[in-house]
Amino acid sequence: MTFLKTIAGAVALTVLAAAPAFAQYPDRAINLIVPWGAGGGTDATGRIIATLLEKELGQPINVINRTGGGGIVGHTEISYAEPDGYTLGVITTELSMYHWTGVSPLSFADYEPLALFNADPEAVFVRADGPDIMELLAEVKANPGSIKASGANLGGMAHLGWAGVLVTNDIAPDAAPWVPSEGSAASLQLLASGAISVVATTLPDARPMVDAGEVKPLIVAATERVASAPDVPTAEEALGNKWSAYAWRGIAAPKSLPDDVKMVLTDALNKVVTSDEFVEFMKQRNFGIDYRDAAGFEAFMTDADASIGKALQAVGLAK
Amino acid sequence: MEAFAEAAGLVFNFETLATIFLAAVFGMLVGAIPGLTATMATALLVPITFYMPPIPAIAAIISCTAMAITAGDLPGALLRIPGTPASAAYVEDSYRLAQKGKAGLAIGISVMSSSLGGLFGFLFLLFTAPILAKAALGFSSFEYFWLALLGLSCAALISSGGMIKGALALMIGLFIAQIGLDPLTATPRFTFGVVELMGGISFIPVMIGMFAVAEIMRSGRRAIADVPQIKLSNPFGGTLSTIWKYRKNQVRGSVIGALLGALPGVGGDLAAWITYALAKRTSKTPEKFGTGHPEGLVEAGATNNAALSAAWIPAMVFGIPGDAVTAIAVGVLVMKGMDPGPTLMTLNPQNFYAVMIVFAIANVLMLPLGWVAAKSARWIFEVPRALLNAAVLLFCIVGSYSINNSMFGVMLMLGAGLLAFVLESRMIAIAPIILGIVLGPLVETNFTTSMMIADGSMLGFFSRPIAAGLGFATMLIWGFTIVHALRGFFGENRSELVPKTEE
Repeated sequence: MTFLKTIAGAVALTVLAAAPAFAQYPDRAINLIVPWGAGGGTDATGRIIATLLEKELGQPINVINRTGGGGIVGHTEISYAEPDGYTLGVITTELSMYHWTGVSPLSFADYEPLALFNADPEAVFVRADGPDIMELLAEVKANPGSIKASGANLGGMAHLGWAGVLVTNDIAPDAAPWVPSEGSAASLQLLASGAISVVATTLPDARPMVDAGEVKPLIVAATERVASAPDVPTAEEALGNKWSAYAWRGIAAPKSLPDDVKMVLTDALNKVVTSDEFVEFMKQRNFGIDYRDAAGFEAFMTDADASIGKALQAVGLAK
Repeated sequence: MEAFAEAAGLVFNFETLATIFLAAVFGMLVGAIPGLTATMATALLVPITFYMPPIPAIAAIISCTAMAITAGDLPGALLRIPGTPASAAYVEDSYRLAQKGKAGLAIGISVMSSSLGGLFGFLFLLFTAPILAKAALGFSSFEYFWLALLGLSCAALISSGGMIKGALALMIGLFIAQIGLDPLTATPRFTFGVVELMGGISFIPVMIGMFAVAEIMRSGRRAIADVPQIKLSNPFGGTLSTIWKYRKNQVRGSVIGALLGALPGVGGDLAAWITYALAKRTSKTPEKFGTGHPEGLVEAGATNNAALSAAWIPAMVFGIPGDAVTAIAVGVLVMKGMDPGPTLMTLNPQNFYAVMIVFAIANVLMLPLGWVAAKSARWIFEVPRALLNAAVLLFCIVGSYSINNSMFGVMLMLGAGLLAFVLESRMIAIAPIILGIVLGPLVETNFTTSMMIADGSMLGFFSRPIAAGLGFATMLIWGFTIVHALRGFFGENRSELVPKTEE
């Protein structure tokens, strides 16, 4: 009897101890920090996730744009927040770069990954009347410095995407110098106006300009062809050398999040990312879905961190 | 024409019209709250549009944006808190006008010139969109550099305290723009390792601080009610005749606004400053500018909304958004299966025309809503200034906090207010500081980008035909201004020196 009582007591205690945690989280509004400005791709995807997660968790989710410093400000804020599940954040590709380039000691190890939801490969574009990829690389080799490329900031994923194409084809990365810009829109404008010759960016970002007949994609730095642009060959198919560069986005919390809270969040995010509404939204916006759960996301970031470090070293940007 | 009729059917139904109206009221409320911006209003609206059919969704965004930007002129006129960087160009005039007891007229001019300018921009867009978009694509960093430089030169022209003090204020603005990670290579400048400073100094807290907080410090503890307002049954009284009197400014402002607005990234912010300077330059009474004179108000107000409409051209035709608001709108377009691009006009012309009609409705709707706002705004002047100041300060704090959701913005606002208070007591105008902060990064980014493309050769700035033309024009304006200034300087000195040597 005593034994049973003890067991019953232990069970009751466990239930009592566990129940509040399950019943209580989340019992108030959750903040979702987006390290990039309102209107961009990270903001748009962050907001749809917030809307769907709100339905899943039954608590309001406030999207907060903490911009500045190339995403450093917002990323720092997420990692410094109280790990109680009431502050989450969207983390992006740039997180794999800060510590390599020395602008901030932040790395993926400062976060509790919850779910990866998007990855898009970089592609190479020229003006519609421009050369094909072989002619382009031949021109770079023949007249180093004459071809200027752009796409986003210095040492960003777009830059690495282009530098990787050069390096894997035994061309020095400075033979076709990178002109940093505020983003793909500014770079595409430079390309269309004839000021530069090459732009590296993702396929969805350049789509209106491709449809307008102003620019054309040559290759995509991906492991396989992209469903929305089946005519664009991969780097490996076109040049014979493997090269892939993906820009990614995921949801994370500050380090040392309690396990029960993490469970609630990963379950909810699993439902959100695989929901019809989310899939439809991403399809309409031409964003690629790459869903990985917490463990998968952690493994993905570990790999990305190493390969981006190597690429940054190759182009001489790693400290 | 068939497409146009179909488009009308898409817009003129209860659901769409109700959405336009509600979004306009929402935009008006957010825009009229000092410190809250059009970008914020639009971003808040996006999750709601997820659940709407395409045309109402786009209509909501368009009417909310247009209204929020125009409503931003209300706190400008009443409390000297400009709503956008563009409205900082003419806030001094509208505020002084309200201080003379003509708040209704100040708001009336802002709303009506905006509405007319916006309608002009819409007509312009309707007929020239494809051509204008194609022309805008020909602009590279070389051309942008000259345009931004031209915009900067306006500071010296519009400054009320004279050219030297205007240039000085501009330099302060340019310095503030330097703080943060440099835009191209991300090298930290003047950040002293502070993470908050790495993001740079955002202009909204600075703008709120410099205009509103400085005014609070000046008007201080005045316990009597503010300026008595001229009682009129129609707060817009005299607006039409004023605009008719300055019809030339209204038309010129709209044309320049529509042309510059089509250039992604520069248009909106730059255009109103350029036309305000132009109005002052060509005015018969330039000395009245900045003292509550409607001439610049008419021209810059028209420019502002014409540019706003035109900014949609590159966004819709090439998916290149010029600012945060159009970027959000492009996102909504794509999400609703109306991908920006030339196909928007060829495959589904009825959608394109529907968007155009919404523009027109939003700009017309501005008049009645603006009238109601002007009518109800009068109570503000019946409150003692000391009490009003407490409320204004509260809004200032909320507004600057909400930019990055941090106390840093509030500190920044207070610091900027103190600086402006000291500068203005020395007769140094603060509008050029704001211009410096807004245009500094544009000048710098386009200069370094161009230098990288041209391999460091200055001749690159003259190697493209449009760039060369803009370059020569800028240098000509500068040359004239410098020669004029030197002549004045030596002339003055001589007349002053001669008697002195005789003594």
